[in-house]
Amino acid sequence: MTWSYVLRRLAMFVAVLWLAVTVNFIVPRMAPGDPTAAVLEQLLSRGQQVQGAADIVASYRARFGLDDPILIQYGRYILNTFRLDLGTSISYFPQSVSRAILGALPWTIGLLAVSTAIAFLFGSLIGALIAWPGSPRFVKSFAPFLMVLSAIPYYLLALVILYVFAIWTGWFPLGGAYTSQASGLSFSNLADLLYHAFLPALSIVLAGIGFWALGMRGAMVGVLGEDYLTLAEAKGLPPGRIFFGYAMRNALLPQVTALAIALGTAASGSVLVEVAFSYPGVGYLLYNALRSSDYFLIQGVAFFLVLTVAVSVLVLDLIYPLLDPRIRRQ
Amino acid sequence: MQMLAKFLRAVLKALANPRLAAGLVIVVLLILIGVVGPFFVDVRNADPISVKTNLPPSPKHWLGTDSGGRELLAVIVVGTPQTLRMGALAGLIGVLIGTGLGLIAGYFGGWLDRIISAVTDTMLTIPPLAILLVVAAAVRAINVETMALIIASLSWMYATRVIRAQVLTLREQSYVQMARLSGMGSFRIMFREILPNMVPIAFASLVGAVSAAILSGMALEVLGLGPQNTPTLGMTIYWALLYSAFSRGMWWWWTPPMLILMLLFVSLFLISSALDDFANPRLRSAK
Repeated sequence: MTWSYVLRRLAMFVAVLWLAVTVNFIVPRMAPGDPTAAVLEQLLSRGQQVQGAADIVASYRARFGLDDPILIQYGRYILNTFRLDLGTSISYFPQSVSRAILGALPWTIGLLAVSTAIAFLFGSLIGALIAWPGSPRFVKSFAPFLMVLSAIPYYLLALVILYVFAIWTGWFPLGGAYTSQASGLSFSNLADLLYHAFLPALSIVLAGIGFWALGMRGAMVGVLGEDYLTLAEAKGLPPGRIFFGYAMRNALLPQVTALAIALGTAASGSVLVEVAFSYPGVGYLLYNALRSSDYFLIQGVAFFLVLTVAVSVLVLDLIYPLLDPRIRRQ
Repeated sequence: MQMLAKFLRAVLKALANPRLAAGLVIVVLLILIGVVGPFFVDVRNADPISVKTNLPPSPKHWLGTDSGGRELLAVIVVGTPQTLRMGALAGLIGVLIGTGLGLIAGYFGGWLDRIISAVTDTMLTIPPLAILLVVAAAVRAINVETMALIIASLSWMYATRVIRAQVLTLREQSYVQMARLSGMGSFRIMFREILPNMVPIAFASLVGAVSAAILSGMALEVLGLGPQNTPTLGMTIYWALLYSAFSRGMWWWWTPPMLILMLLFVSLFLISSALDDFANPRLRSAK
């Protein structure tokens, strides 16, 4: 692995985060009115309901330091974000924004990681089988179905699944992530978690699987024309070994590249899936923040969404040279 | 005249592709809803409190009414073209920006290319929803046009990538080199020699961009950040969920907008995948 490759990827990672912080800094200042005006207005409209309203107002004033030059404000904002100090949430007061998000993040990452992994693996396998000349006929008939599936967005699919499996038939829970507050690692608790996560995960898997299958089919068609496959066949290798070790292994490389790009879309999609199923991840947190115009929390969720995806992309990028020796030698 | 005949023959040949034909037919039908609909349906009924609330479909109200007192058939007739307009506007602006940047990056190369490519790659890994949220939540009073502008600012990256890759190969073609040798200026070469050859691929990325824009718009709308007084398809779904139409059994409220959105996404996908086949001959030969 060359150092310039690693440095380039790290630079991109930093650039992504810098861009996200800058958007968070600039946008509220470009909007009409004072940046604190919206927050103050809201606190005033709630009047007595918020305990320690004066404290929040003071913390906001200090935080914005509105009399300072804009560049100093900008520097301070970056520093604060770097320390994960994103302000105080209004709807979850007195919790800080980072604390509220860190509590919700494991749910999102768990749901997103597991279902994206399943969609990626199964989709790639199905796509490879569709392109493979030796696979049974009925596999090829999946293709049009998968095409339609890949075109339908996460959210719409989630609503259909929610209606059919939770409301109409009542087989699965309407929402949430668990029934009882009972903590601890027991078999029934685990089953309960899986039972609640099944429908959201199914939505994400179904929405993603077509994309991976179609991409894999395209990559596989390209690989199948290569000479080394003919050689492998001429050597008399078993078809299973040719399929997995020679064809699929090489066709998977562009898929891993696509994974880095598709993660952003998947993260956006799963945020909406969480909203549909009231799954207690950052998506649902975001929905509540939007309903109560909790602007710091909205910004915080946006930043963490970018951070999560950027970290995963960085990890993927650093793993990639291990999979593809050509990059290592560059 | 000859050009026109040639063009028509190319169009007919393209329409022989079943995916392209099916996709185009569905999109045209959806556009017709907004064009023909107002002649048969009283669009004023799409405004709140214009009809009795919560009525199931009946001969009087074909698709029933919602809890806000809107007739759903009128809502569909008004909302479908709004959603399409938002998507088309955002997609068009995005692809125009993308084509411009792709042309510059691909043709000039060097540090310009490196900067544009780096920015494009960086932007591609950012979940679009994250930025859209922050912007849409700050801009309070949003309408269809501002929403299209906000979305367009995040939908130029794919077009930039595709166009840049295409320009890189076209730049080395002999006719471009001839033009350069004959002393043609860079900008004339870009616009007169390269750009016309880019139209099919720009069109393919336009379809993708429109679809992505409608998707982003829908995401903002179902989160409650959409245009509050325009009954787009996404807003209709948002209101249906807000008034818990699901658990109240008011299927007539949410099924029509969802079906239309699904048809729209599937047809746009069919069109763009068919256009991809034309642009990417390796996939074509495989079938």
